[in-house]
Amino acid sequence: MKQTLRRLSCLSLLLLSASSYAGDHQYLRMGMPEAYAQECVGCHVAYPPKMLSAKSWQRMMSNLGQHYGTDARLAPEKARQIEAWLVDYAARKGRRAYEMPPEDRITQTRWFVKEHRHVAPPVWRLESVKSAANCQACHSLAEQGRYDDDELVVPKGVTPAQMRAFLD
Amino acid sequence: MPDSAKVQAAPRKVSAVFIKTEIALMKKNPLAVGAALCALWAAGIAQAGGGTSPQAQLQRWNAQAEEAGQAARGKAFFTQRHGGEWSCASCHGNPPVADGRHAVTGKTLKPLAPAGNPVAFSDQARADKWFRRNCKDVLSRECTPREKADVLAFLIQTPR
Repeated sequence: MKQTLRRLSCLSLLLLSASSYAGDHQYLRMGMPEAYAQECVGCHVAYPPKMLSAKSWQRMMSNLGQHYGTDARLAPEKARQIEAWLVDYAARKGRRAYEMPPEDRITQTRWFVKEHRHVAPPVWRLESVKSAANCQACHSLAEQGRYDDDELVVPKGVTPAQMRAFLD
Repeated sequence: MPDSAKVQAAPRKVSAVFIKTEIALMKKNPLAVGAALCALWAAGIAQAGGGTSPQAQLQRWNAQAEEAGQAARGKAFFTQRHGGEWSCASCHGNPPVADGRHAVTGKTLKPLAPAGNPVAFSDQARADKWFRRNCKDVLSRECTPREKADVLAFLIQTPR
């Protein structure tokens, strides 16, 4: 019985990893630390490291006691692991590489504001969206670190007049 | 040699033989590498995963509080605000048997009540950590053992 269970779990693990790779799971290829999945992703989607500069990630990680209104302090070893990974894959190209937005908020970077310029302000406040921090509301594969335009979904409550952001 | 030691020693010997055989096989068939690692990994997860139960954690808080947690008190505590902006239910929902949703980020959270989530409270260190973090969000302090016992008694009793 035990053996059968083990074989089954083994099979499902193999299938799981196969399907994740087939789905081009960015974070698996990047070796996302388990600590990032356990600690950070407990409260928010796994924001891709390249969305902020290394300097911004470092400043954020040195101030986890006041992390957007919550005390997110971690065991030092875990914090080190997470910071090292974020810095390793941080923005490297162009303006993003040195930009330090207010409060190190991704949503305040110039590139984010520009990319989302057609999203009407009421859309961010929809119950189905809640906040600009909820990437998953429109970027259906955000959990896997994928933000392609053709994977966009329209959240519930968007009016026809507000559709522009999803069409171009 | 006591009997218990013999019992523990036996599986080690078996797994050593098992690994040697596997290594021999791997030379012929690289797929076996994956299969063997996978089996070991699965066995490891089974041993390491959690190691406690909601009931055992409740007993622990009961002992520290020196009284049994009361579900009715826990329910009130869970659904009320405590001077701040949020209650526990703001993110975990009420009743917390379905998926919750983070009040700020909108992130989907797995159900907190064991009836809705078999892994809930199966790992003591994890439960301790989130009690510490989330109590600070809701009460601006850590929860007392009695508050934790009450909440856990409520969660365990919450039906699907």
